[in-house]
Amino acid sequence: MAFEDQRTTVYKVDPTHPESETLPTLRTEELLLNMGPQHPSTHGVLKVILELEGERLVKSTPVMGFLHRGVEKLAEEGTYHQFIPHTDRLDYVCAMYNNFAYCRAVEKLMNITVPKRAEYLRTIVAEVQRIIGHQFWLGTQALDIGAMTVFFYCFRDREILLDWFDELCGARLTTSWYRIGGVERDFTPSLLAKLTQFLDYFPPKIDEYIVFLEKNRIWLARTKGVAVVSAEDAVNFGLSGPTLRGSGVDYDLRKAEPYSAYPKCEFNVPLGKNGDTYDRYWIRVMELYESVKIIRQCLEQIQDGPIMADVPSVTLPPKERVFTNLESMIQQFKLFSQGFDAPPGEIYCGTEAHKGELGFYIVSAGGGKPYRLKIRAPSFIHMGAFDHMSRGYMIADAITLFGTYDIVMGECDR
Amino acid sequence: MSLQQLASRIQENFNPGFVKAVEWRGDLAVTVTREALHQVAQFLHDDPAMDFDYIVHVSSVDWPDDEPRFEVVYEFYSIRKRHRIRLKARVPESDCVVDSLTDIWKGADFMEREVYDMMGIRFRHHPDLRRILMPDDYAEGYPLRKDFPLRGRGWRDTFEFLDETAR
Repeated sequence: MAFEDQRTTVYKVDPTHPESETLPTLRTEELLLNMGPQHPSTHGVLKVILELEGERLVKSTPVMGFLHRGVEKLAEEGTYHQFIPHTDRLDYVCAMYNNFAYCRAVEKLMNITVPKRAEYLRTIVAEVQRIIGHQFWLGTQALDIGAMTVFFYCFRDREILLDWFDELCGARLTTSWYRIGGVERDFTPSLLAKLTQFLDYFPPKIDEYIVFLEKNRIWLARTKGVAVVSAEDAVNFGLSGPTLRGSGVDYDLRKAEPYSAYPKCEFNVPLGKNGDTYDRYWIRVMELYESVKIIRQCLEQIQDGPIMADVPSVTLPPKERVFTNLESMIQQFKLFSQGFDAPPGEIYCGTEAHKGELGFYIVSAGGGKPYRLKIRAPSFIHMGAFDHMSRGYMIADAITLFGTYDIVMGECDR
Repeated sequence: MSLQQLASRIQENFNPGFVKAVEWRGDLAVTVTREALHQVAQFLHDDPAMDFDYIVHVSSVDWPDDEPRFEVVYEFYSIRKRHRIRLKARVPESDCVVDSLTDIWKGADFMEREVYDMMGIRFRHHPDLRRILMPDDYAEGYPLRKDFPLRGRGWRDTFEFLDETAR
């Protein structure tokens, strides 16, 4: 392909050099390299156009939208309840947290208070999902960098939790367990037993992950001092989650605007110092311990009670009543065919998912459907800082950069 | 600083530009004129009592029956002061341009590109205003406008996949 003229620079040999007459003129030019859309390390279909000087990145331009499905447009066509399964397909690695964030936003719009037991159940499952998300991230990031063993260990333990989800709601990845006003069903004794067993089993496994990586020279060389972002820039770009906290900014919505059962739990928010890939890795691993702590506290504090708010005009009736009781069936039918009547107004509600702040901005003009629904997807906003964070590093570091954002294209492109 | 104090402080400083402030469900939404949008945003970012250093999202709403038709929505948060605000401005269809805020928050770059792609609102002084989610040669218009049908305008029906690969 032809390059523009200004990119080509001709290096003239120093005229004082004794052989300057005979040496040829060196011609150097910047190279354009397309990385993706089909590349195993791009975590989905993403293309980045890299401008290279030698092996150094001069500029990188992300080209996104290969997975764009128009979820925001679809939201305007269905009722509030009908949108819950769509949120699963945003960040398909962590569907539970998307459901959670969406249901919280609608509850804020409708001014619904969720019963206490449901809040604890939600927090427990959300933290289980955070563990799954971080395991998935750690496994794939290590695999990208070249440490294969960690991948197998992470996915072995992730499988236990996915089977647990399977027992909880009948699906491993696209779960749809959260409901507006509560949750779909309660824990069974078997689920509780399995979760307690996992909590004893898991912390030594985290130590194991760390052992694999803490003295791995390749891992350290490729994460320490790579993709550094300062605290000011991280805030200015709107980064969130571990990507922001890696630069030492103390911003976690679970602490800043406590929701669900988080205010009743004691946990730390790990912070980084250097803002490099290694600090972001360290934060995520530390958050695994914190999640275990949160789940333990929730299991101790949880008490019996209803799992769904008692607002019949909005919340769904229990499934067993739908099959036996005519009124409940009519209620279910009306809620899904017409939806509930939302008051006109607009809200924004952000939730701390394991990637960062997952927010829903809902504009209601009355009626059963959202007038406008905007998803604040952390992956998308992190990609905005890609060019800034990649400049000056090597081509291979671009791969660790995708990883360090924990990017999932389903959420990025929506 | 309470949300009312925030609103009244903006009103004091921008008397002609300020349109209204609405507090609902604990969220503060301030509407300004689009001429004042950049100035107000700069004030929100720089003023030590405001200190909105974090950009949460940029969005847009289409109200086809109203005049001006479109609404640009910015949401800011202050990490040090722990308060948030929603800044809105109306944009008419005939002159669908607002000033870009990329010089204040660098994160606004991709978010504004998405608004342009989905709603067709242009941002003045934006460094790289191209489509971001839809293809560059997408010719059906702006998908999130209310007059855009859910199934699209027939562009996809003209795809000839088999011919393309056989060529």
